[in-house]
Amino acid sequence: MSAEPKPAYKASDFKSDIAPIWCPGCGDYHVLLSITRALAQLGKPPEQVAIVSGIGCSSRIPAYTNCYGFHGVHGRALPIATGLKVIRPDQTVIVTTGDGDGYSIGGNHFLHACRRNLDLTMIVMDNHIYGMTKGQPSPTTEPDLDTALTPGGTGLRPFNPLVIALASGANFVARAFAGNIGQTTSIIVDAVTHPGFSFVEILSPCVTFRPDQRSWKTQVHPAPVDATDDPARAARRIMTDDGFNLGVLYRGNRQPYTPKFGGSGCDLSELEREFEL
Amino acid sequence: MQLAEISSVSLAFLGSGGAGVISTGELLLEAACKNGWYGLLTRSVGPQIRGGEAAAMLRLATQPVDCHADRFDLLVAVDWLNAQRFALEMPLGPRTIALCDPESGAVPEFVRAAGVRVIELPLKAMTAANPEWRPNMIALGAALRVLGLPEDAARAAIENRFGDKGAAVIVASLAAVKGGADAVESGVLPARLPAPAASGTARWRISGNQAVGLGAVRGGVRFAAAYPITPATEILEWLALNLAKVGGALVQAEDELASINMIIGGSYAGAPSITATSGPGLSLMVEGIGLATAAEVPIVVVDVMRGGPSTGIPTKSEQSDLNIALYGMHGDAPHIVVAPQSVSDCVFTAQWATYLAEAMQIPVLLLSDQFMGQAHAAIDRPADVAFVGQRRIARDIAGTYRRYSLNGPNVTAMALPGTPGGQYTADGLSHSERGTPSSAASDHRAQLDKRANKVHEFDFGDHWATLHGSGEIAVLTWGSVTGAVLEGIALARTDGIDVRVIAPRLLLPAQPERMAAALGGVRELIVIEQSHGAQFYRYLRAHYHLPRNVRVVNSAGPLPLRPGDIYRELTAERAA
Repeated sequence: MSAEPKPAYKASDFKSDIAPIWCPGCGDYHVLLSITRALAQLGKPPEQVAIVSGIGCSSRIPAYTNCYGFHGVHGRALPIATGLKVIRPDQTVIVTTGDGDGYSIGGNHFLHACRRNLDLTMIVMDNHIYGMTKGQPSPTTEPDLDTALTPGGTGLRPFNPLVIALASGANFVARAFAGNIGQTTSIIVDAVTHPGFSFVEILSPCVTFRPDQRSWKTQVHPAPVDATDDPARAARRIMTDDGFNLGVLYRGNRQPYTPKFGGSGCDLSELEREFEL
Repeated sequence: MQLAEISSVSLAFLGSGGAGVISTGELLLEAACKNGWYGLLTRSVGPQIRGGEAAAMLRLATQPVDCHADRFDLLVAVDWLNAQRFALEMPLGPRTIALCDPESGAVPEFVRAAGVRVIELPLKAMTAANPEWRPNMIALGAALRVLGLPEDAARAAIENRFGDKGAAVIVASLAAVKGGADAVESGVLPARLPAPAASGTARWRISGNQAVGLGAVRGGVRFAAAYPITPATEILEWLALNLAKVGGALVQAEDELASINMIIGGSYAGAPSITATSGPGLSLMVEGIGLATAAEVPIVVVDVMRGGPSTGIPTKSEQSDLNIALYGMHGDAPHIVVAPQSVSDCVFTAQWATYLAEAMQIPVLLLSDQFMGQAHAAIDRPADVAFVGQRRIARDIAGTYRRYSLNGPNVTAMALPGTPGGQYTADGLSHSERGTPSSAASDHRAQLDKRANKVHEFDFGDHWATLHGSGEIAVLTWGSVTGAVLEGIALARTDGIDVRVIAPRLLLPAQPERMAAALGGVRELIVIEQSHGAQFYRYLRAHYHLPRNVRVVNSAGPLPLRPGDIYRELTAERAA
């Protein structure tokens, strides 16, 4: 048996010594494991990876990794990641967020990050609920979910983040399920490797406030067809599927955004010339 | 009594938006400055992009000027559309002359009431006879003649501005200028512009907004995130063009929530970073500024203040964002607030702001305002200063890295992404020395102390304020009002009233010992500011021991304070 080259990193190399605060059984444990396994497979050292988040259960991830991290304010992970990536394009930058942080308070940044198409990966742990504030509806919550904040349900149709990502210009769209660690890991590797803005929605059950989501593991199934590079076709598939198709659903070929950094040779005194009388 | 000897001439071009009066003002400023004078040009416009009322207000002088004079000597009206709206902004008098075309409507009431001498300038007839002449170029020529400048003075400015429009446009413009000059007589203006003194120093023509951009780049800024807002946009546009020349970049954000967080991300990654906005945008950015305080990420945030609250008056000035700049953040959030005092001072203060942000790893708010931000001025080239951002960076990290270490200096070495062993999570949550989220009282208090102490320990030096004069009467003021105050006390001095001026450039942290020294021996204090709510006075009361005898002049925007206003404040009570 020929010896495979030993991988440079193990998943544990990307984990910090901080114990997560999540509830036992939370899907986010699996997402954290998938991210660290994906990073080990990608083979860059931890200091060349930055993980940026906002506020919420899923946004706790940066400190649980051994990478550079930024745990910012609610909804603003994408702008922080944008500034970071613009200044340090050599870094692998991953945004970890949830359906409240990423789609509600941070919804405008979601649209524009897709449109801007910087080489980032956005991982959304979607559990259709605000978990950290103890069970309020998010933009992906079903209309009839009875909560203390919305007795009898919101009566509002949940939106479809994957279609919004497509319409806004994301260059890679995938759906994963937290419990499928192997598939989620390979989707994250794929997303990080794909140029431009990659969007990965991970169904990550909240066992505390959405115990009904325990059934997700029996509902999910692989997408029946391979990813397309046609956003219209991808959108039609996503809008007509049952919401549990897993896999890479769209793989675009838009050129990533690269900000125009000028040369560094200009002497500062040259900037004064336009003012001279 | 005569307030002062005339060392300057003030004039305004009026017309409907699109008539070109703002560019006429810019051409005259450039022409006068190229011929050795100094000057200040501000504009007043309505909210319309095209078609509203517009005025270019100029003051030409033999020395640098930072404020407008007490009245206009010359009014040149291309038309009188909505000119009545300028009644309060345009003090006139019997010594004022107005050049206007009787065919473009009746002279407005405020002009007639002031006893202005009206001189006919037949713009309609002249453009009918010479279809290629533009009325604003005729007006420029007439103004040059009345001011005693040769019409050729504007040639270089016109060639410079219209160079890309072709020779025919330049020829027509120069002909219109000559036509305008020949249509009026020299010597009709009571005010005279003295010949410029020969100046050995290099001079610039620059706006306050451009000056902020230049100062920031001099201080080391290499990244900006931008969301457009009046009257700050010119800073961002200048940075877009010029950051690219020095290896930096600007990114347009989707909103101010994004722009503030983008610069936090850029600075975390190692680039000294800036954004610029006005009141409404600052309100949206406040949460992000608190994050930069907590995570100890240096940023510079420029607020070019305009009339508030809410949308207020986007195109006009006020000093009413002081409270939000000082106290806007929730929690105990140490940060720095600085304010330039003139167009020229914008260069220094923006450079200093960048230096302070980097030195203390802290957000710095720079409060400019619409008056100096959008003013174009001829200034002496500001001196080069050594303030360039120097951030403490962690390199060659061995052992456990503690980003927020409590052993050693309170400004702790920052690891930049990519540095092996320096991995940490910057966090808005209360955290331990390593950055780990912590709700422990001990961690919370220790980090609050660290962030407060790094500011208290810092020596801000003599730049904390500008101090002028001596005497037992003192004026405390700030920002762009300082220019009018200095001219006002110069007038008072001719009456034998000696007034001291203290204008803090550093508003936060307060400097009680320095202020006490500056106020030593003061019997009577006058606080002068452009805020309806007396925000500056209340700030002074909160942070400083003031003399018992204090008077407050809290004049709401958007009308600028003028030297005569200050002079009257200094002399009124004593005369009574």
